Amino acid sequence: MDSQIAEPDAAARIASIPIEEIDVARPSLFQNDTIGLFFDRLRAEEPVHYCRESYVGPYWSITKFDDIMALDTNHKVFSSEAKLGGIAIQDMHSVEGALELEMFIAMDPPKHDQQRKAVTPAVAPSNLQLLEPIIRKRAGEILDELPIGEDFDWVDKVAIELTTMTLATLFDFPWEERRKLTRWSDVATAAPETGIVESYEARREELIGCAMYFKTLWDERINEEPKNDLISMMAHSPATRDMPFLEFLGNLMLLIVGGNDTTRNSISGGVLALNQSPDEYAKLDADPSLISKMVPEIIRWQTPLTHMRRTALEDWEIGGKQIKKGDKVVMWYLSGNRDESAIERADQFIIDRKNPRHHLSFGYGIHRCMGNRLAELQLRIIWEEIHKRFSRVEVTGEPERLFSNLVRGITRLPVRLRAR
Amino acid sequence: MIKITFVASDGERREVEIEEGETAREAALYNDVPGIDGDCGGVCACATCHVHVDPEWIDKVGRLMHDGMEADLLQFAEGTTEYSRLACQIPMKPMLDGLVLHLPEQQY
Repeated sequence: MDSQIAEPDAAARIASIPIEEIDVARPSLFQNDTIGLFFDRLRAEEPVHYCRESYVGPYWSITKFDDIMALDTNHKVFSSEAKLGGIAIQDMHSVEGALELEMFIAMDPPKHDQQRKAVTPAVAPSNLQLLEPIIRKRAGEILDELPIGEDFDWVDKVAIELTTMTLATLFDFPWEERRKLTRWSDVATAAPETGIVESYEARREELIGCAMYFKTLWDERINEEPKNDLISMMAHSPATRDMPFLEFLGNLMLLIVGGNDTTRNSISGGVLALNQSPDEYAKLDADPSLISKMVPEIIRWQTPLTHMRRTALEDWEIGGKQIKKGDKVVMWYLSGNRDESAIERADQFIIDRKNPRHHLSFGYGIHRCMGNRLAELQLRIIWEEIHKRFSRVEVTGEPERLFSNLVRGITRLPVRLRAR
Repeated sequence: MIKITFVASDGERREVEIEEGETAREAALYNDVPGIDGDCGGVCACATCHVHVDPEWIDKVGRLMHDGMEADLLQFAEGTTEYSRLACQIPMKPMLDGLVLHLPEQQY
């Protein structure tokens, strides 16, 4: 839909590319938002697709919902191990001078299981209930500060601010310095081409600074009684308290990126989707009790992480194609979330779907997003608080998108508010 | 038809009926019993249909197998016990008529 706005002739041009030459790894396709047209072709013509040459080397694309589900739940054959390349289309540990982080999302059992279990309680529903009033109060304060009737950037003033404050709450992070979390999240996923960091060396420096900062917090918490924040939990849990330094840093970065980038972009993506589907906005306005169903639909629609990658540990057949041991396999959640054979009217944003949580954005299997209910909680609170205050969040200009094939990011979204 | 009673975390009981061959997850979803999310569609991929089988029924339902996907997923769920199962992995059959399943406070 919005891709046609970005480039009117894109559809005809993309339709004429030979199928074997399609390379969906190019970050520019995500930045100009033509990627959906490529995935439409792959799902229709070659749902399990091999790209021989790309800037990340050869890789398989899995584009249909059911195939993605089958792969995601087969962790015995499809490994997340960092040393084999990890979980993103670009190999981890592949760039000289980059800091080699270790995190449980990029581990296989049994180590993955031990570490995940140690940090999961922080985002468990019972803990979230304790957080809800704090998040709601802080969300209200952010919204009350916003100007009415004049243009401003939604990403900076709301999306980033809200996710950052939640994350600071989760870590019990020094409040005045909470924007450091945002910066570290951006840096952790940044390549120099994005302009976020100047070089891998600069990135390394910043991440070491991040590690030192957290080390100080860790040292404080380990000497205090255990509390319900993530750092205290990791400092006191037998599974995580003796972690090597890079592993400690890696798991922290995982929690920061996992809790920051993704929710931030869903908050912005929801505003954009409602503006592109005025009938849905009208439905919401008439019945705010739809918010709890709208939230998972926003997460499907945005698909804030476009893919997860695995490495085949043995030969495997899927979709009539023979994947070989050692091959890189990319599960394109963004494509599966538009698969008509699994989701009715998948190309439409519909806020009152019957099974709105049946989407791929959180992944499935043992690596399924552990913060999924926290993400939903944040989005539900902010939409409830928005609805109380504003009759409309109107998009007033073109969104700008992130140059990334992994994080589906909106970097700027001009809006204007109408008071209720 | 086979009867199942779902007991919510606040103690409220809901008796529903389901056809043989459907699972306990479907029994909840088809009858709008709150407390079962079942995000993945019933293919043992997400652990959002976690239930505690009533101890009197656990032997008929069967205990969790320790080396399968169901156990791999349930290890990360909140408040698991020796009676924990995923409802999508409980196919309904006549011997389970009258089954009692307890729901956790929330799923994730």
